[in-house]
Amino acid sequence: MNWLDANVLPWLIPIPPLIAFMLIALATNRSRTLTHIVAIAGVALSWLMSIAVVLNAIQYKDLGTAARGVFGTNTQVAWLANGANNLASGALNMGILVDPLTTVMLFMVPLTCLLIFIYSIGYMAHDPRNTRFFGFLSLFAGAMLMLVVAGNLLLLFIGWEIMGLCSYLLIGFWYEKPSAYQAAIKAFLTTRVGDVIMMIGLAYLWAFTGTLNFRDILYNEEILHRLATTPALGGFLGLSAAGLIGICIVAGTIGKSAQFPLHVWLPDAMEGPTPVSAMIHAATMVSAGVYLVIRMFPLLAAGGNVEAGQLTAPLTLMAVVGAFTALFSATIAIAQNDIKKVLAYSTISQLGFMIAALGIGAYAAAAFHLITHAFFKALLFLGSGSVIHAMEHGEHAAHAAHGAEHHAATQVSVATQTGHEEQHVEKGVHAAHDEHGHAAESAPAFDPQDMRNMGGLWRRMPVTAATFIIGGMSLAGLPLVTAGFWSKDEIFADAVNMSGKSPVAIVVLVFLALAAILTALYTMRQIAMTFFGSPRTEAAMYAEHNDGTTAGRNISVELTAPLIVLAFFAIFAGFVGVNPGFPIVGPILSGVFNLRAPFGAFVGRTLLEPPPHLEFNILPVLVSLTVFLVGAGAGWLLYFQKPIVLGEPDAAEGLIGQYFGPSAYRVLQNKYYIDEFYVAYFVNPARWVAERLVNQIIDRGIIDGILHSIAAIAIWIGNLFREFNRVVIDGVGDGIPEAIADAARSLRTVQSGHIQQYLLYALIAFLWVGANLTILAVLPQWIGWAFVVQVGLVIVFVFLTNFGGARTSSE
Amino acid sequence: MVPLLAYLLVAAALFCIGVYTVLARRNAVAILMGVELMLNAVNINLVAFWRFLTPINETASGLKTSMAGQAFAAFVFVVAAAEVAVGLALILSMYRNRQTVVAEDVDSLKY
Repeated sequence: MNWLDANVLPWLIPIPPLIAFMLIALATNRSRTLTHIVAIAGVALSWLMSIAVVLNAIQYKDLGTAARGVFGTNTQVAWLANGANNLASGALNMGILVDPLTTVMLFMVPLTCLLIFIYSIGYMAHDPRNTRFFGFLSLFAGAMLMLVVAGNLLLLFIGWEIMGLCSYLLIGFWYEKPSAYQAAIKAFLTTRVGDVIMMIGLAYLWAFTGTLNFRDILYNEEILHRLATTPALGGFLGLSAAGLIGICIVAGTIGKSAQFPLHVWLPDAMEGPTPVSAMIHAATMVSAGVYLVIRMFPLLAAGGNVEAGQLTAPLTLMAVVGAFTALFSATIAIAQNDIKKVLAYSTISQLGFMIAALGIGAYAAAAFHLITHAFFKALLFLGSGSVIHAMEHGEHAAHAAHGAEHHAATQVSVATQTGHEEQHVEKGVHAAHDEHGHAAESAPAFDPQDMRNMGGLWRRMPVTAATFIIGGMSLAGLPLVTAGFWSKDEIFADAVNMSGKSPVAIVVLVFLALAAILTALYTMRQIAMTFFGSPRTEAAMYAEHNDGTTAGRNISVELTAPLIVLAFFAIFAGFVGVNPGFPIVGPILSGVFNLRAPFGAFVGRTLLEPPPHLEFNILPVLVSLTVFLVGAGAGWLLYFQKPIVLGEPDAAEGLIGQYFGPSAYRVLQNKYYIDEFYVAYFVNPARWVAERLVNQIIDRGIIDGILHSIAAIAIWIGNLFREFNRVVIDGVGDGIPEAIADAARSLRTVQSGHIQQYLLYALIAFLWVGANLTILAVLPQWIGWAFVVQVGLVIVFVFLTNFGGARTSSE
Repeated sequence: MVPLLAYLLVAAALFCIGVYTVLARRNAVAILMGVELMLNAVNINLVAFWRFLTPINETASGLKTSMAGQAFAAFVFVVAAAEVAVGLALILSMYRNRQTVVAEDVDSLKY
């Protein structure tokens, strides 16, 4: 077997991290170094194989089009044979599919995972559960890769659910914190809502077609036509079967990709360690939801004509939900002060962009934004992790500096040296592990994630600042330079193109444009609050990080290298998708990369009929430019011109209060009170049902009642037996020996030791026997009466001896 | 000739005296004497029955009869003598240990 064979290699991609997970869990969990080696080796091996597959795949110009099957696509192995025979074998398969969409995912996912693994080595270096962290992370990476290469929905769903589990485990990684485990439960349960609906959809799809293979469903026009024309089960809402299945699948995506109304778990998921936030809750897992709908696009679009502006029900749902979510969470993001919360809402918003784009048929643009967003959002999260680290160090350094107030500043660096060794865990974590006693003296209110406590950090950590700003600009869409600009531009291009044909597209365009303005605004705000201005707290003043700023400290390669690599992709990943018709830049890039076609055309070949190539249009570019300039300009005026002052209201607060009423800003800060709404209408009723109905009435009342009655009956029967035992059995059992003992006691007085008494007895016995013999000889007819008389005499005798004086003599 | 009944009455009387002596006397030597009386009453019976009841057979060499009764009586004498010897030895031993010859007082072998 040729191990580099394209038919073999994709199968192997998910394996190394899974093996690494098992090795870490079973063998190397005692050794950090070994664990790091195993984890990195696993994901690096996957990365190398993915690169080999990607390089192979882009060589095939037929990949995904006419000659499907040329390159390693769609090898399937029967897994659970079941006898049904609708379309294919009816068996559930285990299989892989490599097509252009898989290829671009294979470019992004393993690379991001590898970089985040490397970053985690530095970030989690001092965590007591370091090895557990890498075990979970490896399991997660394996599941994500399995999802990406999966050739059918079942395998995809398996990866999907393993990722859900890993997400739960990693959000609750610091389970000493109540907020962390609560967030873990919240994430798990919220995504479960979507997953259940999705699984119903999958079951319906399988029941309808008899297969879950992508290739057999999505590239089979007959099946798609049948799905689109058959009314859904029971004529549900007048949908077609394809519509109902599509909506179920979109529901899964809404859960996994944190779209309204199931978005509530993602901001709370920031309780996990920051690399987890970067990897799972920004770059990969939440992208899996978008990947799913991109993958299932032919099914979602079945029955409509996207190019003519006829959107099917699932697409319309996606467009509306995505557009609404994009704007909705962008408004929340501008009012958040926690550095990771801003990024969390930004992630929700950007995922909304992708969903909305796909909803209006912008297939390639959605995939493009998925890739670029993964890079710059991973970068931003890792950067924020570095900032949080630095702020924690700064907090300790500030305390140490107070201890040595009279000494020169040189003392500070010495003090930070000692503080550094002790403190490497994230905010307020590990009350249990906090043995160094700093908790008591440090102000409990200090929050190293609160941007209001930061300011001026670029002087303390220039590498982090530079890469963070690159990521932020990419997110905001800095024109021409950054990846985020190009991918957003593609979305706007599709939206503009569609807006003439579908009113939904106009809504999407407007919402996304507004969201993009807000995106630029909150990004500027975040950068300004974090890195510019003057330090607002002592922690910020002393903040430091291993990125080479402090003299005498080594640059921590594992913390800075991933940032730099991601920053590279945050800029250059966008150039592969530039429309060749773009003035000046387009032709140059097409020449430089020497690509046969830019990203859009490459990914477009995943579909049966690749989407038409959009001619260059100046309008979307103007939109992109305008939204960036408006948003960034507002950010510049509000936050760079007048850096915020600790304790004073945010600049946006005044503006919003002026236009929308005084309480509007508080509504934003409290995320539209959706959490409170869910608590009041879902969590509390569920809890009430659990506690009152299930626990108190059903469990304690009915079930316990039945059990207790059974127990009482058993006890009653047992008592009955005990009485029987005591009276009858013990009575007989004890009575016989007692009677014997009584008889013996009274009989033993016969043996008095007086020889003459014995002789008297002998004489009496002799006479008695003689008398009887005489009677027998002389009057045999009287012997019966004689016997009766004798027995009567014996009884009288025994009676007299027992109840007369004989008892007393036995003492 | 004295009839058999007379012998039997004497023997019975003698036996009763012996029984009474054995049961009523306190002195162990007297009890031993009572036993002798009973044995002799038996002897009288044995001899009397032999004398009156055993047939005399005529054989070629003259009159012949069984001597079983007399032999039995002689046997009883021997046994009685042995018994008295043992009994008196016991009484002596008893007296040495307990300074008494009263049968009532020697009752340690009891329940």
